[in-house]
Amino acid sequence: MPTVHYTDAEGAVREVKATAGDSVMETAVRNGVPGIVAECGGSLSCATCHVFVAEQDLADLAPMEDMEDEMLYGTAVDRQMNSRLSCQLPLREDQTLHVQTPETQV
Amino acid sequence: MSHATADTTAGTGRSVEASRAGSSPAQASPVGVLPAGIAPELTDLLIVGASQSGVQLAASLRALGCTDHITLLGDEAHRPYQRPALSKEFLQGTMDKEKLIFRTAEYWEDHRIALAQDVRITEVERCHDGGGTAVSATGDRIRFRRLALTVGARARRLDVPGVELDGVVYLRNADDALKLKELAGGARDVVVIGGGFIGLEAAASMHAMGKRVTVLEYGQRLIGRAVGEATSEFFLQAHRERGIDVRLEARFTQITGDDGSVTGVQLQDGTVVKADIVLIGIGVVPNTELAESLGLAVDNGIRVDRHALASDGTTVAVGDVANLPNPMPGAPVGERIRLESVNNAVEHAKVAAYALMGRREEYTGTPWFWSNQADLKLQIAGLSLGHDRTLVRRDEEKGRFAVLYYRGEQIIAADCVNNPLDFMAVKSALSNGKNIPAEEASNPSVALKSIIRDV
Repeated sequence: MPTVHYTDAEGAVREVKATAGDSVMETAVRNGVPGIVAECGGSLSCATCHVFVAEQDLADLAPMEDMEDEMLYGTAVDRQMNSRLSCQLPLREDQTLHVQTPETQV
Repeated sequence: MSHATADTTAGTGRSVEASRAGSSPAQASPVGVLPAGIAPELTDLLIVGASQSGVQLAASLRALGCTDHITLLGDEAHRPYQRPALSKEFLQGTMDKEKLIFRTAEYWEDHRIALAQDVRITEVERCHDGGGTAVSATGDRIRFRRLALTVGARARRLDVPGVELDGVVYLRNADDALKLKELAGGARDVVVIGGGFIGLEAAASMHAMGKRVTVLEYGQRLIGRAVGEATSEFFLQAHRERGIDVRLEARFTQITGDDGSVTGVQLQDGTVVKADIVLIGIGVVPNTELAESLGLAVDNGIRVDRHALASDGTTVAVGDVANLPNPMPGAPVGERIRLESVNNAVEHAKVAAYALMGRREEYTGTPWFWSNQADLKLQIAGLSLGHDRTLVRRDEEKGRFAVLYYRGEQIIAADCVNNPLDFMAVKSALSNGKNIPAEEASNPSVALKSIIRDV
């Protein structure tokens, strides 16, 4: 079972057991993890599911497509090297990810 | 656990929890007819409509620390779900039903929100203190201290001979989508009546599923209510190039059938466009009946103030059903609008949650919309209402397109196709009270982000 560790802007950590195939965004929203808004429900239209991925997990992610890259230029908190849109991060069985949510998404 | 709420398969498990949910959740007793978890004797807040806005309202209240007893009622036999994918990924079979579900069953239990599906409220009786009793179609009564109407809108019905034939469908809710998916299996020809967002999204989906698709639009251009002429023209060309037969100013006399099933749509000139499915997407009608029966002010939706409060000063109305003051910063005072969008449902619900907590936050923000049609991703920032000029930015090579809308010198909106950079720049400028001067934006190779200016 995949696991995601969500750290909010204040440093509080929530560990959530996920379902393989679900994205990091879907896992957060369904379980009521704050800090991820995801208004468009994962259709890569809103950039309100921005996360910062822990350094050691970056290589373990699906590569970024152009559309995601462009959307990341419009996030509420400026993007960094480890920024991703969490709707584009599907989870594999036995995958463990650590992400930090920004102070605001809108 | 006994909460029937969160699982479609458990929808018929009807029983009443004797105590108020949250105090003793496991003590469900099998009497009465209301679904488990719904306390008929008194709930602090009754939210009618387990829609995007209803779900958000309940979730926002808990996030704000509200400890009141909250009851959320949905009138469909499904767990609360997201609608946008119904005309797109779900219809095409690229998104599973489970992906549409808003929250896990554990979420509702952990947050002590009493949720029920398949309960349709048909009447509300009012007490002097603002509270009242909601009565369901099956005669159940639920007493409440305060009421929230997140009842949304329903598909506008078409009045034409033949609409009752099998194979004539609308697309608003999950049952509609399930029916359409089932019909699509054996269909070859599809006629879509209405060239708005839903019609075009569904048309593109069906085309991708290998159907021969004709779109009949009554007006002179596509998506006429939501975008300007240049964007309409862009979509007309794009859909025709991709193989959809789009007909503007289409006039038809009847939907034809054989043995109870649809066979086509007859046009005014007598020709028949063949159809195994006729999908009607001609807009929605806000569900204002309960509000009207309560004597609330209704005018193309339930009239609310900047805090999402209806005319009685206590009921909140949120999302598609609400007629609200234009929330755009700088919008003319007194201008009103009804917004049909996820963004509005979510942001309006947050304001309503504050109002219910006794905090008067004003609803201001930049509305935005999206529509995915085939490989075309349309993103709209702002409201073009009241614009007096437009500016088109086109990058043929990259397939990017944008129309910027101005009121005087001030940018107020943009339609962007496969152009997230322009969309995000305009959305950011509008949200921060800035401008993107038309003179500088007219050069399509200039990044809008680099020319966001103070007003």
